[in-house]
Amino acid sequence: MHSYFVSPIAYLLLVMFAFVFGWFFWIILRSFVEYGMESMMRGESFPMNLNEQVVRPLLGNAGVIGLFVIPLITMRLFAEEKRSGTIELLVTSPIRDGEVILGKWLAALTMYAALLLLVALNFIFLFRYGNPDWKPLVIGYLGLLLQAAALLAIGMFISSLTRNQIVAGGATFGVCLMFWVVGWVSVSGGGFSGATWAEFLSYLSIVSHNESFAKGLLDLKDAIYFITLTFVGIFLTARSLESLRWRS
Amino acid sequence: MITVKDLTKRYARNTAVDHISFSIEKGQIVGFLGPNGAGKTTTMRILTCFMPPTSGTATVAGFDVLEEPLAVKKRIGYLPETPPLYPEMRTEEYLSFVGKLKGLSGAQLTERVNYVADRCAISDMRDRLISKLSKGYRQRVGLAQAIIHNPDVLILDEPTAGLDPKQINETRDLIKSLAGDHTIVLSTHILPEVEQTCERVIIINKGKVIATDSVSNLQNRARGGESVIVEVAGRNGDLDPSAVVSRLQSVSGVSKAVFKEKHQTRNVFEVESGKGRLLRGDLARAVVEAGWDLNELRSSAMSLEEVFLQLTGDQNPSAQPAESAAKGAGK
Repeated sequence: MHSYFVSPIAYLLLVMFAFVFGWFFWIILRSFVEYGMESMMRGESFPMNLNEQVVRPLLGNAGVIGLFVIPLITMRLFAEEKRSGTIELLVTSPIRDGEVILGKWLAALTMYAALLLLVALNFIFLFRYGNPDWKPLVIGYLGLLLQAAALLAIGMFISSLTRNQIVAGGATFGVCLMFWVVGWVSVSGGGFSGATWAEFLSYLSIVSHNESFAKGLLDLKDAIYFITLTFVGIFLTARSLESLRWRS
Repeated sequence: MITVKDLTKRYARNTAVDHISFSIEKGQIVGFLGPNGAGKTTTMRILTCFMPPTSGTATVAGFDVLEEPLAVKKRIGYLPETPPLYPEMRTEEYLSFVGKLKGLSGAQLTERVNYVADRCAISDMRDRLISKLSKGYRQRVGLAQAIIHNPDVLILDEPTAGLDPKQINETRDLIKSLAGDHTIVLSTHILPEVEQTCERVIIINKGKVIATDSVSNLQNRARGGESVIVEVAGRNGDLDPSAVVSRLQSVSGVSKAVFKEKHQTRNVFEVESGKGRLLRGDLARAVVEAGWDLNELRSSAMSLEEVFLQLTGDQNPSAQPAESAAKGAGK
């Protein structure tokens, strides 16, 4: 019980270094916001709707950028521990594997949340100078967080399969990308005949599940999709860690 | 403290550890000796609950590694072959991180961090990044990490590998100084290390234990008893070797005395005694009382190196000592 709280905090220290990445992405996102705001100011003088025009695309883009950040966050989680041998320290310490895994996953999620929080600073300006509706924003954030929870769990699993960070990062990026682009099939038809396939693939797509969140709709079906994916990722990591014990 | 029974670990193709059994008592320093690939690391990893055995049992402080791994892990400090360090942490930060992992907190944690830093002589390096430490210091941080929760058992996998001679000595002294508080198991393929640091030695080869005994017994057993080199010179330079041999043989307890060689005035004899007999004093008296000069008298116990080679080298000669060793371990 005690070490459960200890380990995530401790891993946070490790992940602190990933904040450097966070900084970069914050800058990118901020420039995006500025761009968004500029185009808003330049004012195609439609009836202005902050939620429609800034918040939703911004959240959508944050989700896509998340696909790029997540491999960077997860790639070292286990791969680095395996490479440097520190995994032996973790596994021979009086804590359960589950605690290690949850600790790392929570740390990664906290890291990502911190990143989102930095991005959220930009929204303060929106509230200052505009009058957006806050509810869709919160729901959009929740969507991003759920999406990240799922992808981070999968990234963690991939990281536990290899001792090479680059391999882990690359593979996670590939998987994230697959989850993203797989939805396009449903739009273009993609050569897959049959509506079932297209429907199935678009169901797999991360982005299509995030869309409703970005719109500010809390859809239970989508939430369940992300939560299921998270559990699958964490479960697979646990299995992978166990097999490491039997094999190595 | 540690009991291992019929422990076997099989990988996909090969058997790393093959039905080994031994037990280690509280407070001992035990050397785990064997060539590379003998199964030392595998055995240690099973003891530290890093991996489960294929069959057999291992208990540490009365807890089974399979059934109560958490209880075992709490009582074990483990230093793997490469110290498990996070290069981006500072020494102190790292030690308190490990302390927390091992379940320490608050004032107790601070106290233990201070204590181990002091004990392992790394207090000067507390604010240094681990990536900036020299290899010797890293090894010490690794040791500090292993003893941070004051474990009953310390398991050290090749603690001196890759260090320079001075660092090796320092590390050995450190390990010896820890002996009072902990039961220590250390593995090595360097023989003098066992001779210098350990009380008992477990020799393992190709996944099998081929001898367990105290270091001094093991050296003696290879010869069956004490073996003494005696160098004798006559008063006027002339000396009848056969007279000396018969004189030496008359000393009670001597099982065999032979004339080995003669260099100018130096006559070298080798005397063997029965098991457990120490007779250097008697031999010296016998020589001097006969009116000869005693130039040199030394025990020629085999070095552990010879014992080791004898035991691991040929399979046939090793078969017998292995059996007697197993019996010796039984009692």
